[in-house]
Amino acid sequence: MLSYAFRRVLSAIPIALIAVTICFFILRLAPGGPFDGERALPPTVLANLRAHYNLDQPLITQYFLYIGRLLQGDLGPSMVIDGFNVSDLIRIGFPFTLTMALSAFVIATVIGLLAGMIAAVNQNKWPDYILVLAVMLGVVVPNFLMAALLQLWFGVYLGWLPAGGWVTGSIAHLVLPVTVLAWPHAARISRLMRGSMIEVLGTNYVRTARSKGLGERLVLARHAIKPALLPVVSYLGPGLSYLLTGSLAVEQIFGLPGIGKYFVQAALNRDYGIVLGTTILYMFIILALNLIVDLIYAWLDPKVRYR
Amino acid sequence: MTKVLDVQDLSVTFALHESEVRAVNNLNFSLEAGETLAVVGESGSGKSQAFLSIMGLLAKNGSTSGKAMLGDVNLVGMEKSKLDRIRGKDIAMIFQDPMTSLNPSLKVKTQLAEVLVKHRGFDQRQAEKTAVEMLERVGIPEPAKRANAYPHEMSGGMRQRVMIAMALLCQPKILIADEPTTALDVTVQAQMLDLFKTLTDDFGTSLVIITHDLGVVAGVADRMMVMYGGRAVETGNVDELFYDPRHPYTLGLLHSTPHIAKRAERLDPIQGLPPSLEHLPKGCSFNPRCAFCFDRCLEERPPLAPVEPGSTRQKACFYEGPLKYGKVA
Repeated sequence: MLSYAFRRVLSAIPIALIAVTICFFILRLAPGGPFDGERALPPTVLANLRAHYNLDQPLITQYFLYIGRLLQGDLGPSMVIDGFNVSDLIRIGFPFTLTMALSAFVIATVIGLLAGMIAAVNQNKWPDYILVLAVMLGVVVPNFLMAALLQLWFGVYLGWLPAGGWVTGSIAHLVLPVTVLAWPHAARISRLMRGSMIEVLGTNYVRTARSKGLGERLVLARHAIKPALLPVVSYLGPGLSYLLTGSLAVEQIFGLPGIGKYFVQAALNRDYGIVLGTTILYMFIILALNLIVDLIYAWLDPKVRYR
Repeated sequence: MTKVLDVQDLSVTFALHESEVRAVNNLNFSLEAGETLAVVGESGSGKSQAFLSIMGLLAKNGSTSGKAMLGDVNLVGMEKSKLDRIRGKDIAMIFQDPMTSLNPSLKVKTQLAEVLVKHRGFDQRQAEKTAVEMLERVGIPEPAKRANAYPHEMSGGMRQRVMIAMALLCQPKILIADEPTTALDVTVQAQMLDLFKTLTDDFGTSLVIITHDLGVVAGVADRMMVMYGGRAVETGNVDELFYDPRHPYTLGLLHSTPHIAKRAERLDPIQGLPPSLEHLPKGCSFNPRCAFCFDRCLEERPPLAPVEPGSTRQKACFYEGPLKYGKVA
């Protein structure tokens, strides 16, 4: 198990490098730059700015300069906001974004797993149909529309919850954004869980377990859930990264002080430093999540450990 | 002899969208203490479904009627929670495919020990110790070490031994083995049959072997029941049925088996296909394929009745003349 974990960590390194490279060059392909505004800057100022951020050097040199700094743990400066760098952004915005994404993740995963199991056990009965409806809504309605609708109903018409904004420590302000984030995630998880649970309940080994007279509860708890979790677990890593990136948009809609606000602005401004830094941060999170998922996978399915 | 299992008028139907399939029709048989009964028939003859229904393991769209008396309790229609106190303890089952019948994510000892924890009230440690002893009994080398293995670390034969150990942990009155050797190598098959014989003798367990392999029947069974189209068509002692079959279907089965002492020629299969269980033919289900079929067979269904008054052998056939296979074109 330990050597398996070690091998997995090693194999993540080249993937990280490739991803950084791709992000770096794709970003430069986009037209415009950090200093193109509605009002053109004087040529000397522009030249100085470009020199300051090494933008006057050949692209390949810039790339190696960037990698060099990255290896020292420096994600780079903002090219638009003076004196502000990616580390500042992470320090200010990331705790909030992470809290929100994680609470959405935990809530959605628990609800999704339970709903999926209940639906599988009651296949083609009313709990199953209710779930299918909720899943459809979660998957089909995009988060910006869902956010607007919830703001309208619960924030404006009913007045139960604040429609947006942030007051430190207020849970009420988190309810709607977390719901918008969590719903599609819970929907996907419950659908996966329902499918794999139905499959597992039809396997020969579940029939064996029933033939032993273990009782349906023990059959489910010991024999069905663990193997049924496999496809769900493989979704959890990417799922959490969807939540983290999805929260960028949701933060913007609800006016919350996470990374999202800065990131969206930076992308519009072609702020290479912030966009690349944030993207790379997310990439590392996703790699780490996938690693964790692989390790959980190895625990759930003993066959994986030997590959 | 005492009857351990008495099945009366057992029927199994599966509901489909528009129709229903009658997999087992009014089956009657009994099982004596300590005997080995072979249930023989081709695919779709209802032999597996009959026993799955007794175990309460039918697919969701299946329903059972009739009686299956284990002592004085009827297993058919019993509440699942009550049935769970009986299955695994008094009546156990082994399935065809050992590769998929064990849970891949649980250690072998966990899967064995839980039976004893549930039915015998053992604590975990005691149960695991007994499980290891049982593994040794079914001929698994280094049982203490193998108990900690996962199913995928074992061969098919080894897994089937584990299944046998699991089924016999509580020394059940009845062991149902559904094609227990079909998925195994021929050499392993023989070992497995020996093991069945020895262990069921030791525990006084009655054995039901569901199979389409007449070699298996000849090797272990005392009595056999031949099934066709969801009904029993002939029952009796193995020797009697092998040397003097009284139903054309039994005769056909025997003729379509390769024989080691004969020259290898083309086998003589039973012509035609098994009947659709949705639309069984009128009269005797076997009539479209039967070389001895006459008018009455097309109109009336022959009941399963003693071949001679007072005989324990039964057949469901109107034809009383000599059964010689030369008659088939």
